[in-house]
Amino acid sequence: MNWGLRWRRRVEGPLLAPRSFDLTVLTMLMVLAVHAPHLPAWLSTALGAVLALRWWQRRRAPGKAPAWLKLPLIALLTLAIVTTYGTIFGRAPGAALAVGLLVLKLLETETPRDARVGIAFACFALMAALLFDQGLVATFGVALGLLPVLAALRSLEPAQASATLLRQLLPGLTLLAVSLPLTLFAFAVVPRLSSPLWGAPQADETRTGLSSEMSPGGMTELLIDDSPAMRVTFDGTPPPRDALYFRAYVMRFYDGSSWHASNNPSPEPEPLESYGRQGYTVTLLPNGQRVLPALDVPLQSVAGATLRLGRVLVRDQPVNDTLNYHLDSALHYRMQARLSSADARAALQLPAHFNPRTIALGHSWRQRYGEDTGAIVKAALDMFHNDGFSYTLAPAPLGRDAMDDFLFATRQGFCEHYASAFTVLMRAAGVPARVVTGYQGGFWNRMGSYLLVRQSDAHAWSEVWIDGRGWVRVDPTAAVRPERVSLGAAAASGDGRAWYQDAWLQGMRNRWDIVNRWWDKGVVGFDALRQKGLLTPFGVPQTDNRTLAWLLVAGGMLFGGAGLAWAMARRSRMDPALAALRRLERKLAHAGVARRRGEGPQHYLRRAARALPRQRDALQALMEQYLQLRYASDEPASESLRDFRRKVRDFRTARVVQ
Amino acid sequence: MRALLARLQQWAERRLPALTRYRRPEPLPIELHRRRIYIVPTGFGLGFGVLLLVMLVGALNYTNNAALLLTCLLGSASMTSMLLTFRALDGLTLASVRSGEAIAGQPVDLHLVFFAGRPRESIQVDLAGQTQAFHLATGGEAELVFQLPTTRRGWQPLPRMRVWSTWPLGLFRAWSWLYPDQSVLVWPQPEAKGPPPRLPDNDAAERQLHRGEDLAALRDYRAGDPPRHVAWKASARHEGLLVKDFEQPRAHQEWRLDWRELGNLDHEARIARLARWVGEAHAQRRRYGLWLPSQEIVADSGRDHYARCMSALALLP
Repeated sequence: MNWGLRWRRRVEGPLLAPRSFDLTVLTMLMVLAVHAPHLPAWLSTALGAVLALRWWQRRRAPGKAPAWLKLPLIALLTLAIVTTYGTIFGRAPGAALAVGLLVLKLLETETPRDARVGIAFACFALMAALLFDQGLVATFGVALGLLPVLAALRSLEPAQASATLLRQLLPGLTLLAVSLPLTLFAFAVVPRLSSPLWGAPQADETRTGLSSEMSPGGMTELLIDDSPAMRVTFDGTPPPRDALYFRAYVMRFYDGSSWHASNNPSPEPEPLESYGRQGYTVTLLPNGQRVLPALDVPLQSVAGATLRLGRVLVRDQPVNDTLNYHLDSALHYRMQARLSSADARAALQLPAHFNPRTIALGHSWRQRYGEDTGAIVKAALDMFHNDGFSYTLAPAPLGRDAMDDFLFATRQGFCEHYASAFTVLMRAAGVPARVVTGYQGGFWNRMGSYLLVRQSDAHAWSEVWIDGRGWVRVDPTAAVRPERVSLGAAAASGDGRAWYQDAWLQGMRNRWDIVNRWWDKGVVGFDALRQKGLLTPFGVPQTDNRTLAWLLVAGGMLFGGAGLAWAMARRSRMDPALAALRRLERKLAHAGVARRRGEGPQHYLRRAARALPRQRDALQALMEQYLQLRYASDEPASESLRDFRRKVRDFRTARVVQ
Repeated sequence: MRALLARLQQWAERRLPALTRYRRPEPLPIELHRRRIYIVPTGFGLGFGVLLLVMLVGALNYTNNAALLLTCLLGSASMTSMLLTFRALDGLTLASVRSGEAIAGQPVDLHLVFFAGRPRESIQVDLAGQTQAFHLATGGEAELVFQLPTTRRGWQPLPRMRVWSTWPLGLFRAWSWLYPDQSVLVWPQPEAKGPPPRLPDNDAAERQLHRGEDLAALRDYRAGDPPRHVAWKASARHEGLLVKDFEQPRAHQEWRLDWRELGNLDHEARIARLARWVGEAHAQRRRYGLWLPSQEIVADSGRDHYARCMSALALLP
């Protein structure tokens, strides 16, 4: 059944050398590897198997795959992609199709020409991988994929000195390293498009992130996601850790199972009296959402976004690219000192026939403490602190009366449970309250002086309205587990941590994030706006596209000139004995005995010996040694040469002559 | 398409002599330098350029800076590879051209020796419709052997040859035309068959065994040797019998090949017949001399003598 051996179809021209074929397979493997994160696992596996089989088959006997094998495979691939994605258009199915066809192309790759075509399209496929992830690691992975590309192209040239696989890969690295200055220059000055020529791809995969509704247990996936959500730099000293609450959504409507943000959306933000302000810049990584997290509580909006009810910032467009924005926030404030009756009603809303025991508890507090809102809040927090509540990322599931189950039965959960239960309790006790979700804490990167906020720093807390003080933030989770605020969600839970979330490793990753930040700022975030300011240090405040084009041409010529100068330089390697003699000549010329034109070394050194009687013996010896080196044999002994050079080096001329 | 290309090439050769093959012959060694190395993108290079352009527009359109960086990296690497292609040829030297012996109508071996200071990879040489590739180590030499077809006797100038390379990535092709000022001497083609040369009369004596006065050699006795040939004195000091070996066959008679004796033939036929006789004499290891209108070569034998005679025939007007 060695069907592989019978693939002997007629192939025109010279066959691909085995090494070239190996490198082409390696190229395809790299393409597959950089695309693997977003391809379906079965497709990656199947394509990998096809690659391996083809490699094994060609090692035994070269030959193209026959059409009866190729065509069904192509049809199968297309069919599989259509069934998986529903279409073959779009970014993800397009990439899957491209990678699949590239691997199938290898089945008929037998000549250098086939290999070149395949490798060129592999370059394209490598680039396509960056449409999914343009992070530092992904980009370096793709750049690494260029090594087999270059090595494979090199190996297609005839008549080269034989080399190991590694030695064939290394010159590509040198080539890329040498090309780096021109690359960076071109990257900086290639004029960016002000508007796309055709529709940019939609973010069609679901990202984990905060959502506009919250139900207890809904954030579990988010809290174990270590990917960065945003990075924040503060003007001046950063605020204390327990003030690092970034609000994203304010949720006022509770339907018994989950909290919703958009209930009667009145667009007007609450009035705010602020005491002092904290300026900061947020670099928000793409999340496909429209809300912009802001430190409690933002004073103003940013361009392209509006400040809504709950003082949350909502952007007009979803954030599909890394976004930078600068904001001012008040850490000490009084928000909405007077509550209108409509707002109060909304902040006291509770669904009927849900959570009877919780509501009864709230009522009992109301009766005990009356109008003393502070005492009611304290009663709730004391209950969380003292009555055996625990913090865990893997709580037991809750039934229909979720808050009753949580407060009186399971008593375990994380921020969502506590914020939800606390808010329901407050409302039952007649205290206007609402749920706020966002991020809390983060890792302070001392080296880069910025705050790294990961998705796992997502948090939910409550705000209660107290007459005279306005909306006041209350974090019931902190009552249960103060470490949540001081250390972070994963550290606080103490369970369900994978090995890669080990504290030490996590610390390393947090420190390493400074490189990611640099990459996101310097490369990914280098947009048309930043390009306009490119020449600011040189006194050109606004660089328009015409200037950039001229710069590109001029710089290209400069780099080209430098490259040509290097390429055309003839490095004549001087004979070492002659070089030593030249050195001796310079010393003697310094002492007043210059070599004349057309004067042989013997004559010259004799003349020097006569002119410098003190060095006569030394010069005589040097002359004889030089003549020995030069004329005694074709290949002078290296130790003799070294000796001569040393003597020349140590030769000293007395300044006093004659 | 192919015809169009051929016409384009003809036009280029007429209008751009420096760029194409019209260069004067020049003495060896020929070192390639920047003024005679030309470089253009290959078909693959052009295709790759289009691909890079597509990648550039795509990266700009999607404002994907990582993809833009990758495209710039590939583009820069391609540009750098152009310099490397140039450097593959720059400084390469055609040191010598040695030719083998050739008879008109048969291909002649041309040995080309290239050297360079730096190591070179994948240099190709086009000559007389053949292409060969070589690589050089540091300070190394490479010898290529081409088969150059010949048609007629006499000096045949070397054709122009093209040295080219697409090293390292196959994106660019650098080439240079070499036209060494050197010729190959092609010997005349001997006639297929004809009469043997007229010989002096004492042909019968040729088959006689030569009996020298001096003993030629002693050898071990073989059954059938006549007893009078046994060297008794020498055998007495030896274990077995020794026999005086007189049987030295006499060398073939000397041929005196003479241009004047072939007066009834035309010019080329005379040369062809003399060439055949010289060849036969050489094959039979005869001594032979040759008289030609331009020179007289005294009788001799051996390889050098044969070459001298054939060259003299080749150079006849």
